[in-house]
Amino acid sequence: MPDVKRRYVIPGEVVAEGNHRPIANVLRVGEKFYSTRVGMAEVGHEGVRVIPLSGPYIPRVDDLVVGKVVDYSAFAWEVDINSCFFAFLPAQSVFGRDFSPAEDTLTSKFAIGDILAARVIAFDRTRDPLLGIAGPGLGRIPRGETVKITPTKVPRLIGKRGSMIRTIEMATNCRLTIGQNGVVVVNGAPEGVVMSIKAIKLVEEEAHSADLTQKVQTLLMVPAGAQA
Amino acid sequence: MTALINEQGLRHDGRRIEDLRPIKIEVGILKNANGSAYIEFGKNKIIAAVYGPKEVHPKHMALPDRAVLRCRYHMSPFSTDTRKNPAPSRREIEISKVVREALEPAIMINDYPRTAIDVFLEVLQSDGGSRCAGINAASVALADAGINMRDLVSACAAGKVGGQVVLDLDDTEDKEGQADVPVAIMPNFDQVTLFQLDGILTQEEFKKAFGFALGGCRKLYQLQKEALMKKYFGHGEPIVEENE
Repeated sequence: MPDVKRRYVIPGEVVAEGNHRPIANVLRVGEKFYSTRVGMAEVGHEGVRVIPLSGPYIPRVDDLVVGKVVDYSAFAWEVDINSCFFAFLPAQSVFGRDFSPAEDTLTSKFAIGDILAARVIAFDRTRDPLLGIAGPGLGRIPRGETVKITPTKVPRLIGKRGSMIRTIEMATNCRLTIGQNGVVVVNGAPEGVVMSIKAIKLVEEEAHSADLTQKVQTLLMVPAGAQA
Repeated sequence: MTALINEQGLRHDGRRIEDLRPIKIEVGILKNANGSAYIEFGKNKIIAAVYGPKEVHPKHMALPDRAVLRCRYHMSPFSTDTRKNPAPSRREIEISKVVREALEPAIMINDYPRTAIDVFLEVLQSDGGSRCAGINAASVALADAGINMRDLVSACAAGKVGGQVVLDLDDTEDKEGQADVPVAIMPNFDQVTLFQLDGILTQEEFKKAFGFALGGCRKLYQLQKEALMKKYFGHGEPIVEENE
């Protein structure tokens, strides 16, 4: 996007004026678009948006999240998804339609403290997020190291079409499960896990710098110019 | 005793009538809070911490359409010259309320239904004008926490000392002076979010004091902006590559 104008903004700063489409984190008052977050403002053909550099995770439908089971009732598990809302995983979506609270025990599937990869299947202003574990790679994560990063920096960790995640995975021989909520699970040999975590922390600290890919490659000792 | 304003028109601490005290703001000083800031406003030293948005406990306090904003302004026992009882005083409860009401218009609380946002202001050392200093720090801490805001909130006081309207009263001037006018604004929207007047001013004096306070708020806004920019961007240029 060569014709996109970028600059750093703080809440209340005017990002653009005139006839634009507000995309994210901007407030339109009359003809003016004000930033609502600290971040990088982009004004382009598509519209006006601010890419935030800090902030909580607000669930969106279809997001992949990594959460921890914190409680359960007769019908559902309560999952901490690193957000201001606790998520619910209904027992019926795990046991199937013939789930019976009298016969099926929820702890036979997931216990308190289990780490899950799940997808947000429903969420809006009026209700807590609803999770589902139907799909490849979803469900309980039996082993691995969890790392938390700022949720707003997850796109940077994934990289353009998954380039950053591939670079880290190939250099360290580990598997990364990245939740949109900022929780990452790293699986692999201990040395690889240590290197991966270092790389993830580097991405978080340097998320706004231009030569991030190069810095990560230097850390992981990937030969310059190697394609992930 | 030194006169509050001498023959040269200088105040007891050497400032001119329209001068602010030296101000320093730092962002992100606490690891455990979602957002934090530290402000030195003359001899005031205040830490602001923001937690949230988070689940509301007890749950019946949650509002279905917006977040609950809770503020706690507290003076440490060692913040004054004689020990202050750490229990919340009438004055602290009142300041907690006015700080909340000064910040609330700037926060987009409707974006976070059924949640709570906690703002803690801990005064480590006080020297007059601590509510304004606290509002400045809290506003920066809220931005640091990544909470959607219409604008920052900048605050500054003016008042009347020794028969003259002055900007930014310290503790001595506050106690000995004739009036104190704390003001907070949303600078980009030209809206006032806090306005108090303690004392008596003529209409002319009031206009001048209000003008002084607005000028002070605008200077504070620049300092807040610099502090946030320094924490998040250093002095670098925006990146040019696509990040997704």
